[in-house]
Amino acid sequence: MIRVLLPPHLRTLARVDGEVQLDVEGPATQRSVLDALEANYPMLRGTVRDHVTQERRSLVRFFACGQDVSHEPPDAPLPAEVANGSEPFLVIGAIAGG
Amino acid sequence: MSGVRVLVGTRKGAFALTSDGKRKRWKVSGPHFAGWEIYHVKGSPVDPNRLFASQTSAWFGQIIQRSDDGGKTWFQPGTPAGEPTTTPDGMPQGESNKFVYDGIPGSHQWYDGTQHPWEFKRVWHLEPSLTDPDTVYAGVEDAALFRTTNGGKSWHELSGLRKHDTGPKWQPGAGGMCLHTILLDPSNPQRMYIAISAAGAFRTDDGGKTWRPINRGLHSQYIPDPNAEVGHCVHRIAMHPSRPSTLFMQKHWDVMRTDDAGESWREVSGNLPTDFGFPIDVHAHEPETIYVVPIKSDSEHFPPDGKLRVFRSRAGGNEWETLTKGLPQRNCYVNVLRDAMSVDSLEPCGIYFGTTGGQVYASADAGDSWAPIVRDLPAVLSVEVQALP
Repeated sequence: MIRVLLPPHLRTLARVDGEVQLDVEGPATQRSVLDALEANYPMLRGTVRDHVTQERRSLVRFFACGQDVSHEPPDAPLPAEVANGSEPFLVIGAIAGG
Repeated sequence: MSGVRVLVGTRKGAFALTSDGKRKRWKVSGPHFAGWEIYHVKGSPVDPNRLFASQTSAWFGQIIQRSDDGGKTWFQPGTPAGEPTTTPDGMPQGESNKFVYDGIPGSHQWYDGTQHPWEFKRVWHLEPSLTDPDTVYAGVEDAALFRTTNGGKSWHELSGLRKHDTGPKWQPGAGGMCLHTILLDPSNPQRMYIAISAAGAFRTDDGGKTWRPINRGLHSQYIPDPNAEVGHCVHRIAMHPSRPSTLFMQKHWDVMRTDDAGESWREVSGNLPTDFGFPIDVHAHEPETIYVVPIKSDSEHFPPDGKLRVFRSRAGGNEWETLTKGLPQRNCYVNVLRDAMSVDSLEPCGIYFGTTGGQVYASADAGDSWAPIVRDLPAVLSVEVQALP
């Protein structure tokens, strides 16, 4: 079970409170986690990564275990603590604007 | 008519303002989609309880919201909460915010004169069909026209417009290269008008397959050839449904008019104190009565002399009267954006506009007098009004 913490605006769109818990097939990577997120919450498609290119939107960041993993390759393994559910995968709206 | 509903899009959410036919006492609901930029909210003429909203964010992109109960509840078309995430034939849902240009997008002129690739940014304007509650047109930035025929579940580009051979000459205005105006001809379902900043006005006579610029008579000193076929920064166009070949335009500078469906335009700025501005609209029952809100200049986007004044012409332009009763006449430095004025169809005609200072003003007597409905909303991006049965 992967735990994902969404920013408030995306929690509103997904109509969830608190963390989202996802079953992810295969290794836990950015891509597999986001695939599972979008499959379970299709209203989030296009909000975290581009519909077509699947690239992370520029003002969205991914944090895990105190590290910014936004620039890691999408198929790189996420930390074991995220894969085993002891730590959440954080989707963050970058600090910008007002 | 039992009342009106004013749909307000702001920098930080949407609001609905409702009143009875007297339009004196108002109920305010919102913010809906709090914290998001709401570029436009508009109801279907066929089903007034069906509303569409453009919800956008620099962080999370474009969202389309729909309500089927007059704004009480909202959902992203195709993805209602608790329903399957795929269609019966296995196709993924969640495509109501998927605006993908048809084919290779190509490039347009950038601010520095170089070519720049077309990139989707947001939906500026939603124009529901006059006849089908499931069909809506969307004007987007970078400029293109999209259409849904399934109530917003999916969108497809009418790419004949963007692929017009003048496309590489189109350029963004200060607010981006937006398609902000969509006018549907009620007498001819094949005819539509659109306007782009800064490309100009275009018309289709075949339902959106092919388009041609209709900018003859426009004169813009800020482009190398002031009389060019495209490149004009059209801010807004308005039409009265009884005279769909007569259009009124507020251009970057100049208020213009055509009586031949855009084949030729002539200036009708007349005695306006300044002919720069953004919105323009037509009285619901008097096709020669039009309204503008003059702004000082392109570099000073506020009313001249700190006085918020609406100007009304009952002659279709040239001769303008000043409307000030109930509007601030000192120290007022707000702007009124292009989609932030609307008229209702009650008797007498109601006029509404919203400001960047968060006020929404209403006149229940065709502009003779005004009063604020609300004073302290976030900056207003759009105002639409519905007369409710």
